[in-house]
Amino acid sequence: MKYTSQMVAKPYFIAAIALFVGQILFGVIMGMQYVVGDFLFPEIPFNVARMVHTNLLIVWLLFGFMGAAYYMVPDEAETELHSPLLAKVMFWIFLAAGVVTILGYLLVPYATLAEITMNDLLPTMGREFLEQPTIIKIGIVIVALAFLYNISMTILKGRKTVINLVLLIGLVGLAVFFLFAFYNPSNIVLDKLFWWFVVHLWVEGVWELILGSLLAYVLIKTTGVDREVIEKWLYVIIAMALITGLIGTGHHFFWIGTPGYWQWWGSIFSALEPIPFFMMTIFAFNMVNKRRRQHPNKAAVLWALGCSVMAFLGAGVWGFMHTLSFVNYYTHGSQITAAHGHMAFYGAYVMIVLAIISYAMPMLNGRKAANSMKSQVVEMWSFWLMTVSMVFITLFLTAAGILQVYLQRMNGDASLPFMVIQDKIEIFYWMREGAGIIFLIGLIVYVASFFVGRDQPEAEMPK
Amino acid sequence: MSQGFTKSMARNIFYGGSMFFFLLLLVLTFDTVKSLPKTDNRENLTEQVVKGKHVWENNNCIGCHTLMGEGAYFAPELGNVYKRMGNSKEAIIAFIKFRPKNGIPGRRSMPQFNLTDDELDAVAEFLKYVSEINNQNWPPNIQG
Ligand code: HEM
Ligand code: HEM
Ligand SMILES: [Fe+2]
Repeated sequence: MKYTSQMVAKPYFIAAIALFVGQILFGVIMGMQYVVGDFLFPEIPFNVARMVHTNLLIVWLLFGFMGAAYYMVPDEAETELHSPLLAKVMFWIFLAAGVVTILGYLLVPYATLAEITMNDLLPTMGREFLEQPTIIKIGIVIVALAFLYNISMTILKGRKTVINLVLLIGLVGLAVFFLFAFYNPSNIVLDKLFWWFVVHLWVEGVWELILGSLLAYVLIKTTGVDREVIEKWLYVIIAMALITGLIGTGHHFFWIGTPGYWQWWGSIFSALEPIPFFMMTIFAFNMVNKRRRQHPNKAAVLWALGCSVMAFLGAGVWGFMHTLSFVNYYTHGSQITAAHGHMAFYGAYVMIVLAIISYAMPMLNGRKAANSMKSQVVEMWSFWLMTVSMVFITLFLTAAGILQVYLQRMNGDASLPFMVIQDKIEIFYWMREGAGIIFLIGLIVYVASFFVGRDQPEAEMPK
Repeated sequence: MSQGFTKSMARNIFYGGSMFFFLLLLVLTFDTVKSLPKTDNRENLTEQVVKGKHVWENNNCIGCHTLMGEGAYFAPELGNVYKRMGNSKEAIIAFIKFRPKNGIPGRRSMPQFNLTDDELDAVAEFLKYVSEINNQNWPPNIQG
């Protein structure tokens, strides 16, 4: 590690992992509620568990992105971070906001939370993923602004690399599109239309820039491939991401009261959205094959390669599966959506954050380049446990989804009611829960990898 | 990637392409917003419907249900529930009102939200309003 201010990344990474554990615990609770309907009812109703699960996901990924930026930006810019103090203060504010929000969900009824946070003054609550009280949303904006200021000042005073620039554009986009969370018109169609300006333009827009930038950084560092080559790939990937993903937003405008022409725009452009993800896979494997040096951190390379494959499968393949309007007419809002959501989020964003943590954490802990082999072996075990169980979660949900769609929507007059079908496909929910528990075990193994082999020497640079 | 294709070409495609398609998205969105009056049932967007949307949001109904296919997949679609319940606001109100406080043993059940009569009417009015939005005939049938 070249700059001492990179150290501020460490608490961000630790918080990210801790909240990740919380996310998965609530995932397992919900998986149980799918099959044992009264599990923890009425103490933790399903909707509460779901808010905790999804909001923790978003918050820990944001912790991960911020930590990644604090680690990478000074290194790339070849200068100290503008203000390490500001980064530390913002860490505690963001963590406090996150913890208070989660406790609020768990401890008081949601309607009471809306009331005591005066939601009626500027109603923004009660919409999927944007359930946070308005005051918390304002806090998020403040933290984001302070963070962007800190990162921008660092980039301005230092070396300007494409990787830093792309990250910055992605992060600015993240903050700007979040502002649509404050627009909540009484007209439900308008509300839904602009809700996607946060959700879709995040995951299939600006977050892809962040993903590309972090992936490129880890690849440069671990393979030693020429920067010119990597940067050219990065530009092409993010160009394709936005060229397809911006109009691709239309795949959410098929059935929400918007004009029919979106079936054309949405289907055609979103059908091209797998291209940037496919290019990322080719890119990652190409760079690793052309590597100029062997890096002793095998685990980090594994996460980076795994990310490129799983992002393509989850976002590219599972996204394509239901994105054409005539398919989506039947699959919309079914377990197929949930299957895709899980693999895409895991493959693209969970894995890239774990890749950068894997790369950076040894240095943050005072190692020269990598953890001991013993620690890396445990980490790689956790990679396989989590990744394979996520593949199975996706497969079981897809099977459940296909049956659901068939029985509920394609069976003419014999179509069955929702709850009747939920009982019929219960077996797949049991298997999903089983895979979820393996995922949780994988995550525990992951956490353990930080504590084993600490007293052993660093893995050697292979000849 | 080939030598003839340079980094600055790639950069220009990125800036030019994303600028162009962002503007196109804005134009299409503008056109959509302009043509919404034809489909979004706004002539029936009464005070009571607005209030019903707040009840819907303040109780996080979307945390279990979908509405026009968006939301959670734990409980039935509600965009067409007014029609599924035989075009009856009363049926919707009765259903929400009489949920058992401690659930149903072994089964998924909806919480008891203790809504006032006015809130119940508002949320039912909201669901009626949503069911009359023209959304290209989704869902495929009454089961949602
Ligand atoms: C890493 C990138 C991606 C992530 C994290 C992601 C995540 C998600 C999530 C969470 C949802 C559910 C939203 C809701 O709750 O209503 C969703 C919906 C959807 N996604 Fe993605 N997605 C990604 C990329 C893609 C791509 C590339 C495609 C197309 C090729 C795609 C196609 C769709 C479609 C069509 C839906 C709507 C499903 C429905 O009608 O119910 N996604 N995505
Ligand atoms: C132990 C593993 C997990 C289990 C059992 C689990 C379970 C669930 C359940 C039951 C839902 C609610 C579906 C519904 O609305 O009916 C859900 C939603 C969601 N989970 Fe998980 N989850 C797990 C892991 C994860 C992971 C690792 C991620 C992120 C990579 C994730 C991201 C999400 C997202 C984005 C949603 C919203 C999906 C949507 O709207 O389509 N979950 N999860
Ligand atoms: Fe999307």
